Amino acid sequence: MITLSVNGQQHSYDGDPSLPLLWFLRDEAGLPGTKYGCGEALCGACTVHLNGEAVRSCAVQVADAAGKNVVTIEGLDPHGNHPVQRAWRAVNVPQCGFCQAGQIMQAAALLATTPNPTDAQIHTAMAGNICRCGCYQRIESAIRTAATGV
Amino acid sequence: MTHIEKNSLPLVENVSRRGLLKGVVASGSLIVATTYLPKRAMAAWATGAGLMPHGTVSDPHVFVAIAKDGTVTIVAHRSEMGTGSKTSLPMVVADEMGADWSRCRVVQAPGDEVKYGNQDTDGSRSLRHFVQPMRQCGAAARLMLEMAAAERWGVDVSSVEAVDHAVVHRDSGRRLGFGDLAEAAAALPTPAPDKIRLKDTNSFRYIGTGSVPIVDLFGITTGTATYGADIRLPGMKYAVIARPPVLGAKVKSFDGSAALKVPGVEKVVEVQGWDWPAKFQPVGGVAVIARNTGVAIKGRDALKITWTDSPHAVYNSDSYREMLLENARKPGKTVRNDGDIDGAMKAAAKTITAEYYIPQSAHAPMEPPAATAWVHDGMCEVWAPVQSPGGTHDDLMKTLGLPYDKVKVNVTLLGGAFGRKSKCDFVLEAALLSKTLNAPVRVQWTREDDIQHDFYHAVAVERIEAALDANNKVIGWRHRNAAPSLFSTFMPDPKMQQPLEYSMGQVDLPFAIENIRCEVCEAPAHSRIGWFRSVRNVPNTFATQSFVAELAHATGRDPKDMLLELIGAPRIVDPRKTTVDLWNYGDPFETYPIDTGRLRGVVELVAEKAGWGRDLPAGHGMGIAVQRSFLSYIATVVEVAVDGKGNISVPRVDTAVDCGFHVNPERITSQIEGAAIMGLGIAKHCEITYKNGVVQQSNFNDYQVVRIDEAPRVTNVYIVPAGWDTPSSGVGEPGTPPFAPALCNAIFAATGKRIRNLPIGDQLAI
Repeated sequence: MITLSVNGQQHSYDGDPSLPLLWFLRDEAGLPGTKYGCGEALCGACTVHLNGEAVRSCAVQVADAAGKNVVTIEGLDPHGNHPVQRAWRAVNVPQCGFCQAGQIMQAAALLATTPNPTDAQIHTAMAGNICRCGCYQRIESAIRTAATGV
Repeated sequence: MTHIEKNSLPLVENVSRRGLLKGVVASGSLIVATTYLPKRAMAAWATGAGLMPHGTVSDPHVFVAIAKDGTVTIVAHRSEMGTGSKTSLPMVVADEMGADWSRCRVVQAPGDEVKYGNQDTDGSRSLRHFVQPMRQCGAAARLMLEMAAAERWGVDVSSVEAVDHAVVHRDSGRRLGFGDLAEAAAALPTPAPDKIRLKDTNSFRYIGTGSVPIVDLFGITTGTATYGADIRLPGMKYAVIARPPVLGAKVKSFDGSAALKVPGVEKVVEVQGWDWPAKFQPVGGVAVIARNTGVAIKGRDALKITWTDSPHAVYNSDSYREMLLENARKPGKTVRNDGDIDGAMKAAAKTITAEYYIPQSAHAPMEPPAATAWVHDGMCEVWAPVQSPGGTHDDLMKTLGLPYDKVKVNVTLLGGAFGRKSKCDFVLEAALLSKTLNAPVRVQWTREDDIQHDFYHAVAVERIEAALDANNKVIGWRHRNAAPSLFSTFMPDPKMQQPLEYSMGQVDLPFAIENIRCEVCEAPAHSRIGWFRSVRNVPNTFATQSFVAELAHATGRDPKDMLLELIGAPRIVDPRKTTVDLWNYGDPFETYPIDTGRLRGVVELVAEKAGWGRDLPAGHGMGIAVQRSFLSYIATVVEVAVDGKGNISVPRVDTAVDCGFHVNPERITSQIEGAAIMGLGIAKHCEITYKNGVVQQSNFNDYQVVRIDEAPRVTNVYIVPAGWDTPSSGVGEPGTPPFAPALCNAIFAATGKRIRNLPIGDQLAI
């Protein structure tokens, strides 16, 4: 039995410990905000915070999260008002919206360590998160907005 | 219109804000499903909406419900895949009825075209076909509220007016909120069309302002918006399916014993497949059922399956490309013939020929196909991200043998679609499995499934020859293409482009050239072919707009001047007489003619805004391209920077859009920004190749799409202002086609290297 904390709540899993964390979150813990996009850590749609660090939950085994704190988009802010979420809304970033949970989690992790990122730092941090609708110009703008305060 | 006593929660919360539309009746529906929708009393223009299954409905009893607290619930019947129509169309209703948007909520309709009218969310049709019915719907609702208030006060209806969520009596200043009037208004029959009057367009509060954010914005940014794979039902099983690697192959035999040993795997079952062509029916395969999706994927890896042979195992992209080139070098079937092309070629002082190659590609929406189905007690209910809720409903009825009212298609948000989710094979798979397992089932496609079993954007060779006279005037234009047809998905393979396809950028050529011939050449299909954002406009525009710049170079002219010269004077170009079955995107040519004045307009506007001809840094170049597609006119200028190693970047994109009367400029801008990025992906990366009938790509490592670090730095969008007298056309698709030729024209300007084969890949590497 593996136990882990997700958004401050204790969860346990009695199955194969090599299960990707993504599927534990989505199908076992009932937290579908974290999205499946590729399963190979290529697109960033499944980004969550593991002990504060942005990780691809499709490439983290549930066993690797044992005893650690996982934060998903549902737990980023109790009222959905993290500065990155507010900035995303101020700039009207999303089109279809499917990748945005991963984008927001990645951006929040970036700003936690780099409060005023340069363009290059934004590109480096966000290059692992694909948006097929093509919201990149607004993602970049929203990150700057969040950095300077909404 | 319906009066709601109390809001209750729907089973699936795919609504923007909580709420359920209960007991909405469809009395007095205005359903037109016969021919072109004629101008109604208050309609400004005729459309082809009536040619679509179940036409349009504009009855407020269907689309609007008002609660006693004044909350107005408006139904969005088109699917939301990122274009914003789920917000824009209800906003039209709200504005027209005088509602306060902050007191409106939007609910997504299930698939029910008998009730709501056509729901096929593709072809950039949502605004084009429904802006008028939705204005009529809102105006009818407003009149019903006004009638209810006038009756309450005992005054004439002409003396009252609905404004800001209330009806006001002008003389006395008396006022009744929409909530107070809900019950009485809902009891009224739908007013006759000749009684309904549209608002003055100057009095819109939301339309045209761009001030209304999408209704799902909060849900999307908090992870609470519901997509296709986000449904969990009690007792639900999780499934993934191994599908035949070659189109047309079937399961010969399989051994699921190793899969069943994977902890958490519950069952291994075969999924029925249909003989090809099978429209949107599943290709069949073997499903692994498990306690969660991750376990099912692991189980699938352990399956041993032997597949039958398929005639499509001959498909190899390298040899296929050579065959297309060979076929396009020979005369094909003539589908447009103006003047005497052979005479023009003989009389030419010079001829110029170019061949372009545009590869097969996959849609790859960020949300791979996924659907949940529950077949039980002679009923089927599904939850799925489908562009075609009505078509999905029909296909479920046929596949399961159920009557209309025993099938329910709940439409979730679509995590991108681009045409892929017009095809409901993944929903049918879930339904078939649910029936077999007698339990709710969610089918998840992996990214590999998505890339290897798509309904693809077809490969194409485009060959254009021009005849020039001694003064370098273009006197002849012959455009041949060889590309497999999407109709091979529906019928025995016609082995060449059909009217719907060649009318997207080949025969609708808007150039002032006396002798034009368009031909389509043989190209058998070996994969499932569908439609991808702007469809054949992608290869056709890449060829025609690249070729214009090639002609400019060959004759020593500026590419923009050359383009305007070929377009010629402002006029209506009507190729119908010289074309075999010109398809005008399903809409009447009289409403949406080919207007070179508007085409010139966007070229001139974008050239001015982009600073065409301005001084550029070393290694930079500008390119221009234009296309009328999906009845909108869009021109793009790309500025490219090519470094010493041949790496390209895009510092700036400018795009001018003329899409007629429009309601949400903010979402038009976002569509065009996104189209630039998708266009860059088409140009730079996207390619699906085959070896012995098997797709060689599998995920975003080998099927690359554009990431943030290579995206255009700035995309500027200029929307041509238009009043109600200019028919609306859509913007979901037409932003895409001009980008790749504009980019490649810019690369030529920067480097002198002409790209004729996509993707660019490493062709520029030094």
